[in-house]
Amino acid sequence: MKYIDEYRDAKLVKDIARQIEAAVDPARSYHFMEFCGGHTYAISRYGLEDLLPSNVQMIHGPGCPICVLPIGRIDAAIELAIRPEITLCTYGDLMRVPCSNGLSLLKARSAGADIRMVYSTLDSLSIAEAEPNRQVVFFAIGFETTTPPTALALRFAIAKDLANFSIFSNHVLTPAAIKTILENSDVHPLGPIKIDGLLGPAHVSTVIGTQPFEVLAEEFNKPIVVAGFEPLDVIYSILMLVRQVNDGVHKVENQYIRAVTTLGNEKAKCEIANVFELRESFEWRGLGAIPHSALGLRSKYAKYDAEKRFEMVTPAAQDNPACECGAILRGIKKPSDCKLFGKVCTPDSPMGSCMVSSEGACAAHWIYGRFRRQGKADESWRTVA
Amino acid sequence: MTVKAKRSRLDLRNGRIDLSHGAGGCATGQLVEDIFHKAFDNDWLRAGNDQSAFAVPAARMVMTTDSYVVSPLFFPGGNIGSLAVYGTINDIAMAGARPLYLSAGFIIEEGFPLADLNRIAEAMGSASREAGVPIITGDTKVVERGKADGVFISTSGIGIIRAGLDLRSDAARPGDAVIISGSIGDHGVAVMSKRESLDFDTDIISDCAALHGLVAAMVEVAGSSIRLMRDPTRGGLAAILNEIANASNVGFRIEEEAIPIKPEVVAACELLGLDPLNVANEGKLVVVVAPEFADALLAVMRAHPLGAEAALIGHAEADDRCFVQMATSLGGSRIVDWLWGEQLPRIC
Ligand code: SF4
Repeated sequence: MKYIDEYRDAKLVKDIARQIEAAVDPARSYHFMEFCGGHTYAISRYGLEDLLPSNVQMIHGPGCPICVLPIGRIDAAIELAIRPEITLCTYGDLMRVPCSNGLSLLKARSAGADIRMVYSTLDSLSIAEAEPNRQVVFFAIGFETTTPPTALALRFAIAKDLANFSIFSNHVLTPAAIKTILENSDVHPLGPIKIDGLLGPAHVSTVIGTQPFEVLAEEFNKPIVVAGFEPLDVIYSILMLVRQVNDGVHKVENQYIRAVTTLGNEKAKCEIANVFELRESFEWRGLGAIPHSALGLRSKYAKYDAEKRFEMVTPAAQDNPACECGAILRGIKKPSDCKLFGKVCTPDSPMGSCMVSSEGACAAHWIYGRFRRQGKADESWRTVA
Repeated sequence: MTVKAKRSRLDLRNGRIDLSHGAGGCATGQLVEDIFHKAFDNDWLRAGNDQSAFAVPAARMVMTTDSYVVSPLFFPGGNIGSLAVYGTINDIAMAGARPLYLSAGFIIEEGFPLADLNRIAEAMGSASREAGVPIITGDTKVVERGKADGVFISTSGIGIIRAGLDLRSDAARPGDAVIISGSIGDHGVAVMSKRESLDFDTDIISDCAALHGLVAAMVEVAGSSIRLMRDPTRGGLAAILNEIANASNVGFRIEEEAIPIKPEVVAACELLGLDPLNVANEGKLVVVVAPEFADALLAVMRAHPLGAEAALIGHAEADDRCFVQMATSLGGSRIVDWLWGEQLPRIC
């Protein structure tokens, strides 16, 4: 646990909380969006909200790969998985996302589809190798973090000449999503959203570096601090944001220097560029179609591209109309603003994907924070000050 | 269950279960005698009846039954057999009762190695001998290959409770103290470390153990000021506290810093994206006790080898929402929830 305990040191965390308390201007408020589900999770899991002054508000962003995947893509995967010759491999959380017609991957599996839960891309390769008579499709999702492993899997599949392996790519790009959120923050039909700064993604930045965020900070006059996922990372990054706001600056700062550099990981970026190309446009759940925001397999790898190989179509699918995930993913509403929250929608019977993954805003708030009223715990919990 | 006939010995080294071992004929008798009777050896089994008769003192009795389907079957610190014995003993002990007798039913898959079955039976035999709770009746069935995951074991047990003791899950009251007998998550991490798809290195071994000795000592000193006891098996500490909160219509406030947990367990959970509060235990108990008896109970628990690390981790409070809340070690607060869905490693 070396290198982790250090970032959970209670004394240091409390000390930084005190520094935030001293630094904030009581006459103004601070609204920071944590882009990543990992930050949302850490804030809820460690109860960090209780350590922040009441005029510092955290807003959940769209950085959970499960939450932003439109259900039409999962519908398409189910369509594929029910074909008798297909084995669909996927990560666990995706299994429970509610799709059209009351289905989910989990329900499709119990109805007989061959859907297997894997822990890594390589597991799906092993299945393809062990079962040459089945068509093994890896359901790839995630931001820049999970893209290099998918690229590697493809490379291995080619090296091993695995004719029965293909990839259903749903990899999406962080900067494009941040840009859309900031562009629409004042004018969106669902209402304006005040964002004074952003906690930038940690794992994503280990791959792409901090540089892609510079133009965003500049264009939208917003400070961005690339922040790690440990509690000390998160709280220290909030202090860095408060300081930038106070000083009226809007830079990209890197709090996660132990893993992130300006340019990121060249090798991983190369690996991605070799295998993937930008899609012209991709639908994000809650954010709509965003140009150049996702990656598809390059046409030279068409035979490993499940969408082409099996002529998949993505049906236009409607989310439950009462589900507020769209507004929540944009930071306009809080989970508790949704009428379904905790009533018909719980992690046991999710109505929207924000209630599925522990990194989804609704699930994080339900599992760790639903005792909070108006976003704050009872005063008796406050131990800082 | 017994068939007296001259027969060759089982090939315990290389033999495998086949369908004849479950057909009720000579092969079944041979299997039962060479493996189970030998491992569990006691007067009742030697009598060779299809059931066992015994006398019980005039007292309130406790009965429980449970089925064991663990994967993998063998894990650091135990196997499905010792688990089946300890688990059932503990279910009886949580009523504050003294366990008396066990039964064991086996569903075995065709092709299962006899050597493995023998290891499992021997582990059960020694666990029940050490605990002083004999296995006095049983059953064996064999199913076709592919219809079971190696072996499933189902055990039942009975015990007696001393007069005046009545532990019930709806008995927790605001102000009551919550004590755990030792570190959490050891069993779950030990088992997961040997799962084929996870397979990681750890020194953690399962904590599986029979808790009735510890319980006897606790009941001796605290008697009916103990409101209730539960062993936090599947679903871990979080599930148990939520169950008690809902049954008793109270809330709980616990302190993260007070909960004993080994650094290796924290590290493994970190790796897998799991919360140790949701991870299974097999040799730990949670006791809710009237606050004025908490210190005395804690002292007697710490004096017992299975309670050496016992710790007071929080209190019940009036809360009709039945929330289990936790003060995090960083000074914040959060809910400790049941596990929703399957516990799975996170994506990124
Ligand atoms: S509570 Fe459920 S239905 Fe409401 S926004 Fe969240 S996920 Fe959607």
